[in-house]
Amino acid sequence: MRILGHKPSLSAWIGILIVGAFIAAAIFAPFIAPFTESEKVAKTWSPPTSEFLLGADNIGRDLFSRMVYGARTTIGVALATTILSFIIGLSLGLWAAVGGKLVDQVLSRFVDVMLSIPLLVFALIILSMFGSSIPTLIITIAILDSTRVFRLSRAVAMNLVVLEYVEAARLRGEGLWWIMRREVLPNAMPPMISEFGLRFCFNFLFVAGLSFLGLGIQPPLADWGGMVRDNGKAISFGLLAPLWPAMAIAAMTVGVNLVVDWILSINARPSGASAEM
Amino acid sequence: MLKVIAARVVLGLLTLLAVSALIFAATEILPGDVASAVLGQGATPETLATFRAELGLDRPAYIRYFEWLFSALQGDLGVALTNKRDILTSIAPRFENTMFLAGYAALIAVPLSVGLGILAAINEGKWIDRVANVLSLAAISFPEFFIAYVLILVFAVKLGWFPSLSTVFDDMTLSQRFHVTALPAVTLTMLVAAHMLRMTRSSVLSIMSQPYIEMAFLKGLKRSRVVFVHALPNAAAPIITVIALNLAYLIVGVVVIEVVFVYPGVGQFMVDGVTKRDLPVVQACGLVFAAAFVILNTFADVMSILVNPRLRKPR
Repeated sequence: MRILGHKPSLSAWIGILIVGAFIAAAIFAPFIAPFTESEKVAKTWSPPTSEFLLGADNIGRDLFSRMVYGARTTIGVALATTILSFIIGLSLGLWAAVGGKLVDQVLSRFVDVMLSIPLLVFALIILSMFGSSIPTLIITIAILDSTRVFRLSRAVAMNLVVLEYVEAARLRGEGLWWIMRREVLPNAMPPMISEFGLRFCFNFLFVAGLSFLGLGIQPPLADWGGMVRDNGKAISFGLLAPLWPAMAIAAMTVGVNLVVDWILSINARPSGASAEM
Repeated sequence: MLKVIAARVVLGLLTLLAVSALIFAATEILPGDVASAVLGQGATPETLATFRAELGLDRPAYIRYFEWLFSALQGDLGVALTNKRDILTSIAPRFENTMFLAGYAALIAVPLSVGLGILAAINEGKWIDRVANVLSLAAISFPEFFIAYVLILVFAVKLGWFPSLSTVFDDMTLSQRFHVTALPAVTLTMLVAAHMLRMTRSSVLSIMSQPYIEMAFLKGLKRSRVVFVHALPNAAAPIITVIALNLAYLIVGVVVIEVVFVYPGVGQFMVDGVTKRDLPVVQACGLVFAAAFVILNTFADVMSILVNPRLRKPR
């Protein structure tokens, strides 16, 4: 079977299967999950049975159902964050490359300062001001993450704006917006696509981490990071309850990474775009 | 060379200043302030105004910033909103704990990852290289709490070798401390070792493909001599930089791990502060973390200038 005109390798297939399964779970959650995410159906931490596939959680909700609904919130929030982060980072990055020296200097120095504060610390400071609702969570992480997108898209675009066709567009008298959108953006796309996968992984782990700290997605919504936190104490009784959501997070990240590796091997990055960001 | 290093240190100090301004601005310029955050939705305008005056929030932001900055420089981080305790006295012992944990992890992580990285590089493509590759990829993609809980399940619950919670007391002996903090230290090690291992491997590999290394092999030198005498000194510069950068990451990476193991460090203090919306505490912890981060990054740059002659000339 071929996808996008290329034959996926074995590891790419594993990645596609994992990511596909989780996305299907997220979309069709109400049809897959036997119970709703907040229904109390069993005793605290009851062992897995045929009715409760993974057992129950700390207040007796079905763990499997919460895992399925958790896919929806966790992946959804991470995806929304990454899309927003790319909209901000990509447009500012292209603007810095096309818009001239002053714009570039101001934006780049500001991003340099932002990058010298650890991301988690910055996020904690902002969330302590606003509290964590899903919109603030998405906006906060997106703005912080866009600094990374900015750096890469600026680096890629910098190599493109010196090319003849951009110069030709300038001489034709095209505006800034046209040059960004029609001349630079299409050619900057290939490295940005695999970057999207990597940033998604990062944001996904970040959202899960914040929820684990109790500062991300708030109950009663099910999300994987928060489920690890809720069931954390079960580990000292040798129960696997907190490990299932943690394993789902790990599997999702590995899956996306495998797919990204495959995409990367199809279109090698042009020079100027480093893989280290 | 001194000039280049001095310039880098000055740049580091300027960054620190900008960072402090940004931390302050992030909590000030955005809509809402400490008063409305503490009092919540139901506060009347009068109570808000009184509370603002009490906290001194009715004065201009830039004056409060300089007051905050100068008292922070003099070691006065203010008092916590929730319990009115002096922040410096509560942060100092926690900072020691965090540094202890980070130092412990670094002590394991640095020799381990550099050693394995070199081993993987000189055995490129063989099984040891593949194992190191897969393990480091896994460690990069797993969330820290997943590694932590697996370690707790195996070593604390099933085998009972280490405690699952890392509570430390003042009168503990050093060996007791090492025992209690073993699991968080190993978790942290796995987090940073993967990156260091991969960078060590790739920098040794790039040196090993140079013509002068091939020449050394063709002269008939032994493999160990080529690696340790010819290749390593030139691979040292990037490795040292990566180590210093990862130590910076280590300081921040402790936050989640401290929460998992209920370890009394700055990270847990900060998360507590965020949950209670105690802004002065959050600002102080943020400043401590950012300062540690900037200082270690500056240190990494200075080290790379020292070990790499090509960077010594001012451009």
